[in-house]
Amino acid sequence: MHPVLKLVAQRLALGLLLLLAASALIFAGTMILPGDVAQSILGQSATPEALANLRAELGLNDPPVQRYFDWLLGAVQGDLGTALTNGRDIAESLSQRLSNTLFLAFWAAVISVPLAIFLGLIAVRYKDRWPDKLISAVTLASISIPEFLIGYLLMFFIAVQLGWAPSVAMIGEHMNLGQKLQSIALPVIVLTLVVLAHMMRMTRAAILNVMQSAYIETAELKGLSSFHVIYRHAFPNAIAPIVNVVMLNLAYLVVGVVVVEVVFVYPGMGQYLVDHVSKRDVPVVQACGLIFAAVYIGLNMIADIVSILANPRLRHPK
Amino acid sequence: MKTIPISAMIGLFFTALYFLMAIFAPLIAPYGMAEIVGDVWEPSSAEFLLGTDNIGRDLLSRMIYGGRTTIFIATAATILSFVTGSILGFLAAVLGGWMDQVLSRFVDLIMSIPTLIFALVVLSVMPVTIPTLILVMGLLDSTRVYRLARAVAVDINVMDYVEAAKLRGEGRGWIIFREILPNALSPLVAEMGLRFIFAVLFVSTLSFLGLGVQPPQADWGGIVKENKDGIVYGIPAALIPAFAIATLAISVNLVADWVLNRTTSLKGGRG
Repeated sequence: MHPVLKLVAQRLALGLLLLLAASALIFAGTMILPGDVAQSILGQSATPEALANLRAELGLNDPPVQRYFDWLLGAVQGDLGTALTNGRDIAESLSQRLSNTLFLAFWAAVISVPLAIFLGLIAVRYKDRWPDKLISAVTLASISIPEFLIGYLLMFFIAVQLGWAPSVAMIGEHMNLGQKLQSIALPVIVLTLVVLAHMMRMTRAAILNVMQSAYIETAELKGLSSFHVIYRHAFPNAIAPIVNVVMLNLAYLVVGVVVVEVVFVYPGMGQYLVDHVSKRDVPVVQACGLIFAAVYIGLNMIADIVSILANPRLRHPK
Repeated sequence: MKTIPISAMIGLFFTALYFLMAIFAPLIAPYGMAEIVGDVWEPSSAEFLLGTDNIGRDLLSRMIYGGRTTIFIATAATILSFVTGSILGFLAAVLGGWMDQVLSRFVDLIMSIPTLIFALVVLSVMPVTIPTLILVMGLLDSTRVYRLARAVAVDINVMDYVEAAKLRGEGRGWIIFREILPNALSPLVAEMGLRFIFAVLFVSTLSFLGLGVQPPQADWGGIVKENKDGIVYGIPAALIPAFAIATLAISVNLVADWVLNRTTSLKGGRG
């Protein structure tokens, strides 16, 4: 087999294995804890009959290993069980919310990725001069600020004081794309700001790393302009680390979405997860946790595979 | 110590200020933590310097007490994560073999799930109390400390002086605490600042989501949550704790950057 294919296959297998282990960990996280799940859902004042009913409903009387495999087999076939609080099918309520969340994350990615790479290039071009310093100062500030603060700051100044965008991101079936985009404008800006800083800083570091190579010096000595050096010689060699950075930050975006959705009351996965954590609805929490972990692991896996494919040294076996 | 850069001085000043406010909270807070003293969302005045909150409590007092809770939880979680993470990391580096493999692969596994999501999963069945929060945050964060501690200790473990100590017949305890720990301290201390910020942001996020510190106990994330409805009416009460979180995080960051620069220059530029 071609060595690249072999490496990619190995990464895929590793990713699946990791996902399997993560699912076990998520399951164990809600089971092997001090006390009884049924008790902690119903509280101290629950009657013994109610406890027994809930235990039977949750299947707590089966051994944990069997429960895990039942749950996992169900999840693989798309059956995530039913929510304790309202008895609805979880997969059904999740699908709409998942697509809403992906819609939000997609637009944030579309704006932030090119912007971050462009600003990273600028920071490298003007290294140690004011554009670079300004960019690193803004980066430091935005890493230190919690997502919900950025959210409320924007909501306060842009939505309430200036009235340019709605403060609550409601989204529905009947809206067309333009209306949807207008209603998610603020959350998209927040998410962009959150990931932009990390992405820019890591892009800058990746390109600076390449800039220290001997062939860059050669290019400079040939008399090429510095943008030409970065664009023609440094950038192609920095693609693998940059793709890595982008994927890591997209994975981060998927998690950042949780908080931003709560701030803007957006009907997505994050809001759904947080609501059900406080209601102690264990099956929903497990299902959401599994999906978030799967997306996160998946993006990390893609990052690895892209950097394998982007490495020309692996393409020509000796 | 004479050449502390101005940014680090600012950072040190504000970090110290916040910690002192946390320690002496009952002495400096003008009102009680949960005492209702005025109208709902009064603007700031001589009586209430930052105004009042959503049910008429003095916002400045709540901020001071809230800072105490937030900083306490973050500090405790950071200490827990450092003690667990660095001891396990050093052990893995010194022992090597299957012990190292098991620990490292387990840490990889935990880090493959986003921290916030894993914390939410665990908190859905645990009672949400301050000790639980510290435990969950500290243990989840110790994975990152473990990685750093192990990486640093693996480097130190092959140094000549460690070899000499082994040949002298020193035990593992001596190797870890007298040889590796002093040499691994500076990168760990620099990392500590970043982990502390992460803990502050994390506990604030959890409280903001309603899954952290429970009312009437105050904490910065919780104050944002309580006052967030005011935003729509143009009342900036929710922005004040968020501002406090941001300034604390930036100051600690400035100090950590300075420590990191100092330690890297000591080691001849090694990161």
